[in-house]
This record gives sequence, C-alpha cells and structure tokens, in this order.
Amino acid sequence: MATIYIDGKPYETKDGINLLDTCLSLGFDVPYFCWHPALHSVGACRQCAVKVFKDEKDTKGRIVMSCMTPVADGMRLSIDDPEAIKFRASVIEWLMLNHPHDCPVCDEGGECHLQDMTLLAGHVYRRTTLKKRTHTNQDLGPFVNHEMNRCIQCYRCVRFYKDYAGGKDLDVFGCHDHVYFGRSRNGALESEFSGNLVEVCPTGVFTDKKFKKHYTRKWDLQAAPSVCVHCSLGCNTLPGERYGTLRRIRNRYNQSVNGYFLCDRGRYGYEFVNSKIRMRAASVKIKGAAPADEVAPELAISEIRKKLNGTHEGGIIGIGSPRASLESNYALRELVGAENFYHGVSDTVFNMMGEIVRIIKDGPVAAASLEDVREADAVLVLGEDVSNTAPMLALALRQASRNAPLAGLAKFKIPHWDDAAARNAMQGEKSPFFIASFTGTRIDDLASEKPYRTAPDDIARLGFLIAHELAPESPGVPDAGEEEKSLARRITVALRNSKKPLVVCGTGPQSIHILRAAANAAWAIKQAVPDARIAFSLPECNSMGLALMDFSSGRPVSEALKRVQAGGAKAVIVIENELVESIGKEGAEEIMSLPCSVAIDFIATRTSQLAGVALPAASFAESQGTFVNNEARAQRFYKVMQPQNKNIQGAWRWLREIEAALGTAKQCPEIDALTAELAKKMPQFAPIADRAYFPPPGFRIAGMKIPRQPYRYSGRTAMHTHIGMVEPKPPSDTGSALSFSMEGFYDASKKQKIPSALLTHYWAPFWNSVQALNKFQGGVGGPLLGGESGKRLMGASGSDPVYFTDIPEKQKAPGLSGANNRGLFAVPLYHVFGSERLSMENPAVASLCPEGGQPFIAASPRTLSALGLNKGDTMGLEIGGTVFEFKTVADEEMAEGLAGVFVPENGNIRADLAGLYSKLPAWARFL
Amino acid sequence: MLALLRALWLILLHTFKKRVTVQYPEQKPYVPPRWRGRIILSRDPDGGERCVACYLCAVACPVDCIALQAAEDETGRRYPASFRINFSRCIFCGYCEEACPTYAIQLTTDYEMGEYRRANLVYEKEDLLISGQGKYPGYNFYRVAGVEIGGKAKGEAENERPPVDVRGLLP
Ligand code: SF4
Ligand code: SF4
Ligand code: SF4
Ligand code: SF4
Ligand code: FES
Repeated sequence: MATIYIDGKPYETKDGINLLDTCLSLGFDVPYFCWHPALHSVGACRQCAVKVFKDEKDTKGRIVMSCMTPVADGMRLSIDDPEAIKFRASVIEWLMLNHPHDCPVCDEGGECHLQDMTLLAGHVYRRTTLKKRTHTNQDLGPFVNHEMNRCIQCYRCVRFYKDYAGGKDLDVFGCHDHVYFGRSRNGALESEFSGNLVEVCPTGVFTDKKFKKHYTRKWDLQAAPSVCVHCSLGCNTLPGERYGTLRRIRNRYNQSVNGYFLCDRGRYGYEFVNSKIRMRAASVKIKGAAPADEVAPELAISEIRKKLNGTHEGGIIGIGSPRASLESNYALRELVGAENFYHGVSDTVFNMMGEIVRIIKDGPVAAASLEDVREADAVLVLGEDVSNTAPMLALALRQASRNAPLAGLAKFKIPHWDDAAARNAMQGEKSPFFIASFTGTRIDDLASEKPYRTAPDDIARLGFLIAHELAPESPGVPDAGEEEKSLARRITVALRNSKKPLVVCGTGPQSIHILRAAANAAWAIKQAVPDARIAFSLPECNSMGLALMDFSSGRPVSEALKRVQAGGAKAVIVIENELVESIGKEGAEEIMSLPCSVAIDFIATRTSQLAGVALPAASFAESQGTFVNNEARAQRFYKVMQPQNKNIQGAWRWLREIEAALGTAKQCPEIDALTAELAKKMPQFAPIADRAYFPPPGFRIAGMKIPRQPYRYSGRTAMHTHIGMVEPKPPSDTGSALSFSMEGFYDASKKQKIPSALLTHYWAPFWNSVQALNKFQGGVGGPLLGGESGKRLMGASGSDPVYFTDIPEKQKAPGLSGANNRGLFAVPLYHVFGSERLSMENPAVASLCPEGGQPFIAASPRTLSALGLNKGDTMGLEIGGTVFEFKTVADEEMAEGLAGVFVPENGNIRADLAGLYSKLPAWARFL
Repeated sequence: MLALLRALWLILLHTFKKRVTVQYPEQKPYVPPRWRGRIILSRDPDGGERCVACYLCAVACPVDCIALQAAEDETGRRYPASFRINFSRCIFCGYCEEACPTYAIQLTTDYEMGEYRRANLVYEKEDLLISGQGKYPGYNFYRVAGVEIGGKAKGEAENERPPVDVRGLLP
C-alpha cells in the first residue's frame, strides 16, 4: 500500500500501478483515451495529464501523463490544478480539430467515450475555422463498420487487434496527421475477435455492422445479464432488446471468465432469436397429414394428455439437452423419472463428459477458469483446436504466452503496465507453449517450438509420456519412439520450471485417450508445481450441467433407442435437442415414431418436424435459467425480453404444464422455486441456490427492483399506440429481482452496490460509454464491487491422483499405398464460424464459414497425391459403413494419413451428414 | 352588506369594458411564430428528409411520446423507417425541437388538433412529414456531416479537405 495526496487529501492506494489507474480506482474522473484496463498504457493521446509536485513546498509542479507515471508512496499530485485542466482542455481541442460533425448519425453517439471525455475535459466550443481532414473508408466485412474520419489516433484498435488478439490484418498506415487505421486493402477482418474493436475504439470509427441494420441508441435498449450460448466457456453477455427484437450483444464484464472481451460468434450469434427458424406456435401432427397443424397451447397439451393416457408410469422417456438450462433438464427428469431420463448426446460425447466430470471431481487439479488461463505461464495444448471450439480460451492462452517473459521484466524495472516498453523489452519472447494437434491452429504462432502434428492416439501418448517423465508412478509408454520421448522431455522441463503450468484439452478431437492423458499430465505436474491447472473445452453451453445431472448413473440417447427398439417405451419428450446429430437420421426417426412424441424447442429442427407434438420454447433471451460452463461454474441468465407471443414459454414451464395435465399435479412454480427445488434435490447443484451469488426474486435495494431499462429509456407512451391507446402495464417478473421498466434502483456510487449478477448496463454520471464499467469495479480492471456473479460447483479434490493406465497403441501408419487397404484416419475439424448451429442463423456468420459453407475433407498434399487426388476433387470416404462424398482441400499442416472432416452446422445440411461427427474419429476407407 | 353592493357595482362596470372573448373559430386569435403547436418533420433545401433518426428528440421528450426506428438507404443516408408521435401525450414543451440537431422536428402554429377518438392523435411519419423546410430554411445536415451519402462523397462536405492519400509521404 502507498499513501498519495491528491489535491491535498491523502488516499491509500495499491503499489506498482500507474497514477491514472490509481485516480480512476479512487473514483476521480480523469479523462483518458489510449489507456485501457486490459491493454494498459502507451502514453499516446496525452489526455490524462495531471500535475505532480516534488514535495509539500513545491508549488509549481510539473505536468505528467498519469498513465505513464508509477505511483510512489508520499506522492503529491493535483487533478484540479488550473494548468493541468487547461492542458487537458487543449489536448481534446486538438483531437477534435478534424472530428466530423457526425454524432447524430454516428452509432457511437450516446455511448461515446470521446463525447464523454470532450465534456469532461471542458471543450465545448469549436474555435478553429480550418478545414477538416477526411479519409475514405474500407469494407471490413460483415461484422465491423469503418468510418475513419472519426479517428483520434489513440492506437487502441491496433493494440487490441495485433498485440492482444494476435490479428495480422489490421494496422496503422501513413504518417503525421494522415495516419490511417485499417487493412492494407478492403476485405473482411480475419480475427475472430474483431467485434471487440467496437467496444475498444473510443470513437465511432469501428461500430457494429449488424446493429447498424436495426439501430437503437444505448439508452433505448432493454437488457439483462445473460450468458453466451455459443460455446462451453459461458462468457457473460448483455443482450439488448428494442421493440420486441434482440438488437445486439455486448460484453458483460466478469473478471473470472471473459473479462473485457467476447468472440465474434458470441457477439454476432444472436440473430437466431429473431429469425424465421424460431418455433412460434404449438403444432400437432394429424396422422398422415404433414405438415403439422398449428394449434393453441392448451389444445397441444390436451393432445399430449390424450396420447399419454395411461402410459405415464414408466412408459415415457425424456431426452435432455446440453443446450437447455439446468432447470429445463431437471423439469424433464422429474416428469419422466430419473430412470427414464437420457442425455441427448452421442455415446462418444457422453463418455468424454463422464470422464471430464470425474477428472475435475476426483482429481487433484482444479479446472482452470479463463482468468487462471490468462495467468498461466507455461501451456501444453493437447489436440484441441481452441480457436475454433472455444475462441475466448484461445484469446486467454495468447495472454498466457506473455506471462513468463513479462515476469522477467522486473530486472529491467519495467512495470508490466508500461505496454510499449514491456513489448519492446520482451522482443517477441514467449512463455513455454507446446501444441499437439491434427493440423494448423490459429494459435500456432504462440508455440515455442514447431507444433507436433499427429493422430489423436499419438497426441494422447505424448501426454502419457509427459506424465510419466514427471511422475514415474504414472504409467509410461513402453514403445515410445526417440522423437516422442525427447519432445516429452523438453515439455516436461519447461512445465516443471514454471509457476502456473496449464494443460489444455477438450472434447473436440472426440478422443477419451487425450482427456485421460491430459489429466495424467496435469496431475503429474501438480506433484512438482502446486499451481497446475487443466482447462477443458466442451461441446455446448450446458454440457457440463447435463453431465453433472447423473454423472454416475446417466445414460446416453443410444440407450433410449435400444429401449424403444425393445418396445420399452410408448412416449418420448425431447427438449432443445437435435437428435439427428447424436444418434443419426434413422435412430431419430425411430425414437420420434413412438405413439406419442413431443419436441420442445425454440427453433424448428429435424427432430421437431418428426415429432407428433411440437411446442415452442423460449430462447435464452426470453427465459431464465442456469448454465454450467466448462470449469463447472454455474451462471444465471435472465430474461432480456418477453417472448414474442403468448404461445412461447420456457421449456421447463411446458414440462410442468404437461406434468399438471397428467394429474401428477405439481404446481407450476416460478423459475426461482424450480431452481431452489433442483438445488435441494441434487446436492451437486447446491451452490446454485446460494443467495450471495444469485439474488432471490425478493431482493430489493431501497425497496426497489433493478431496472432492465436505462433511466432515459424513450418512447414508452408511443411504442404501443399502433396497437391500442391503453398503455400496457409492464410485464411483471416474479422470477427475478429485475423489472421490465426504467424504474428501480440504479446507482453507480460505491455505497449501494448492485449485485454483479443483476447489473443490466453500465452507466454513471459523465460516463455514458462502456468505460463506465470502471465505476463498478473495486479497482479498475479488478473484480466487480457487486461480488461474483457465478459459482463454481466443484474444485480439486485434494486426494492423490489415480492415474489412468489405458495407453493407446501408436496409430498405425495409414495404408495409403496398398491397393486393398486404402485407409485414412478421419478426424473432426471445426470452425468458429460454422461449427455451431445457432450462430449460423446470422447470415454474416454463415458468410465467413470456410469453403462457402460446404462440407469438405482436408488432407495433406502428400496424402492427396498418394491417393491420386487433386485439391477440389470429390473424395469418397466410407466411415462406419456409410459413404460420404466431399470436396477435398489441400492442407499443408495436416498430419500425414489423416482426413480432417468438416461439416458446417447450418440448417439445410443433408440429414445423413448431421450425425457424422458422432462417428468420428474413425478409420475411413477411401473409395 | 357593503361588500355585496360593491361586488354588484363592479360587475355592472364590467359590462361597459371591451370584450376579450373572440368569436373562435370564425375569428382566429393571433399566434406568434414561435408558438408551440402541432409538430411536423421538415425537409432540407434539396427536398430530402431532414430527420436522420438520431433518437435525440425521443430521449429529450419528458413524456416519452416519440417512438421511431432508424434505417439506412443503400447509399448510407440514415432516415427514420418509422416515426410516431402520440399527441394525446404530448405536452408541447418543445424539448424535441430544441434537441434536434438537424432542424427536422419543429413545432408549428397549428393548435387545432381536437379529436373525438384518442387513437386519431397518434401521428405516423406520413402524417408528420411536410414537403417544406418549416421555420428554419437553408440548413442541410448532410452537407455538414462527414459521412458519405448518395451524391456526396468523402471530402465533399462543407469545410472539408479532400480525402487523405495514405500512401503519400509529403507533409
Ligand atoms: S465518435 Fe463520438 S463524438 Fe465522434 S461523431 Fe461519433 S458519437 Fe460523435
Ligand atoms: S480507430 Fe479508434 S481505436 Fe483506432 S486509433 Fe482511431 S480512435 Fe483509436
Ligand atoms: S413537445 Fe415535448 S412532449 Fe411533445 S413530443 Fe416534443 S418533447 Fe415530447
Ligand atoms: S432529433 Fe431530429 S433528426 Fe433526430 S430523430 Fe428527432 S427529428 Fe430526427
Ligand atoms: S491515457 Fe495517458 S496518454 Fe493516453
């Protein structure tokens, strides 16, 4: 701790930070541009000037850039010094010299850091009569709009895009007052984190291109805390609604998870909520007649009752979903009974998830949060292509790759926040970082040596070897080659010498061996380095929640199919799930042809089309529930808006209504009561009822709820008048402490803290931009004042590791040459834009899917030529008895003998392809 | 008693004073040009819609009776796809006009808006948009703004230099 004097008053502050950070953390409004809490200082904009005095006697003082000055005990500074004020006012005046007269048509307006700082620094009147400099714009692709005139040359964009996110195609060009921030030529930004430019740029140069299409000002967006549904990391989001449609998604700060950023899949994946594929009415299929008829909800329920008549004792099976909330899965499990509840995932995924739960629950190494990942200083990635399956994990790994050299800067006395100096001193040095994968990944540039490209089992063997090197009691790999061994030894030395080693793996390669090898490796490292962590990437947003439901007694959907085939079921209820993906087309058809089949989903799927009764569920934006992320952190998402019509309701509510109709009358409680019931019945979920993290519906501050709408929400008395003159009462929300209103408690002052789990937007007096967030943090960049907004369900067990002993054999060399044995090993490939069904409903996301959204097989050029194929040819592969024909793509990085199979998850992909991933990895016969 | 007689006397005197009642509607009272009456949306000197759908009038409105939705034409010019004022709520405070950065929304001298049905007091964009410039002739926001729209490329607005050649190294 240090004591400093600001304008004569003493304050306690943290050591080792800079003055700007200190002043903002203490609540002072010091204007700034180029500094960013995650990107730190470069001193480019000169806006943050304050005056520093030598001692008490010094009255003259000198002006310094607060962001570049380290705090020192006993320091005296002045923010209100007239000279400092004048200096800041003249800096903003320069910055505004060329600024266009755009605010009314600028999408940043109303949440513009430049507007805020202009007012704060006291520049209110344009004195100059000089002509303004102008720039032409570029087309930067479907996500980000470019308006270069508005640039103030703060360099934040390139510092985020290149330095923080590792992008290569955005840069600064030109010289003096002509500097230009853009690409070398028109074209879509390549980084999957490009959307963050919208929040990072303090002006309207980079704005959200999708939001522009249905533009609304920040003050008109109704928002609620939510959780991203497009991968397993559970990034926190703030979706905003206006006039009944979802308009945009913004980052919701959570220090332990996503911090300040989101990936483009999460930011732009929301369009499905508004899209045509939504189910908006209940439908019942009359025998033989297709398509199904739309009916009123009550009719659908009575139809289900009629069909179920008598069968509900053990005759109904329920198929839960890794996409549905804990509450919906639980309601289904209660309705059908635990012994009739099946996990709607393939056998492979089911087994992998079971293993991951055991590794986290029973093993000695804790699962890493994204914050842990950002702090790691040595990394081993086993098999998982994180940039494509869990993008924000890749961004966190990129930060980890700087930690080891950053720690070494202490000897040069360079503080970590002095960004330009630190990067210069590091000279591109990196933390020990090892990658084993099938093919090239977008984090290959982080690797400290050439990534190891090989087949899944060989990746697992590397993990086992490392584990054995570190802990001889873990099983070795007897027939390991010299190359494997020496690589393992190098990795071992690096991991052992680190302070926070991390092993990354996941379900992407669909190899249980890799998961076990990663666990062995992490456990073995833990013997030497206590702070070891393991990070998993999982298939869906609630994969972990579903896996935890019945982690020892659960059954995958294939068991349900067997039961149906054996005649052991008369009815089936499926929630928010595409069965075709987990059990294939035939299997799904067989299950859905039971006398009574019900599908509850928010989008129309093949499964819902097969169902006798289809019920429209609410999407994440229209319902409340709990997801459990990859590190078993339970997080609540709240209703952002009311469903678009009365037919749509949460899956859990449909299930409770069916239950009531069957006479097993449970009251239809509020969602919060259901959550509480679930937490009570299933001890593994007990923390989700913890009121400190998840405030109850009765929670009030000063007797008030927390408003979903900002104070200046406009148009209330005109937005409904095309329907009727009576202004409707705002919907009541009995399930949470949030209100569908602008009235309620909202205050950024540190005295009354809004719980982080209920924070609906960031705003404070003078701070209209997203940087108002500073006011809600204990110290800038630190945890939120309102406490954590999610709770880990399990940590490391503390017991000794029980190493896995099942070592796979070395992958047989594929028999490319022999005429009879034309074998290739088919492995699954993923793409950030393409491998997730819901985000693909946004045409902008779909347009970035590789190979024009067509399935393909990638193989190395050598493999291709051995097969006598050219790139672009159609290749036939027989996988598990089915023949697939895809276009071939030459992939320089692909390991020899592997065939990487990519099938995009868009709505119109052929049904037989939809289940292909559940069969991978597998030997395939080249035809 | 005395007070009563005094009151009667005063009333009698008033019968000889000049009348203030006007024979409305046959006879219209004088309204000053800055009268705050029925609201219109005006056009710029080139005949284009002045409103750029910036939402500032809506947010300034103390009774929240303005609801609009922004849209953009293919050349990048922003305009309101819909614009609605609920006059049954409007208090004719004029804040919207004050907030408007383009002189689009203006209060006029027309106050004859009585209706039997409240719903008739809801004016949509086609009821609001007039064909002239209203009280403030001459101003065209897009001629001043830096954004590119149809018919005005980068650097062609008032007080602008032509776009920078990024590859140029000359000062
Ligand atoms: S960047 Fe900010 S100040 Fe500049 S035009 Fe946009 S809203 Fe106005
Ligand atoms: S484009 Fe935005 S972030 Fe980049 S330098 Fe200009 S103002 Fe700063
Ligand atoms: S005059 Fe006042 S009340 Fe009427 S629309 Fe304008 S701002 Fe709203
Ligand atoms: S303030 Fe003016 S330009 Fe902006 S939306 Fe209202 S009428 Fe249109
Ligand atoms: S914030 Fe300090 S110089 Fe830019």
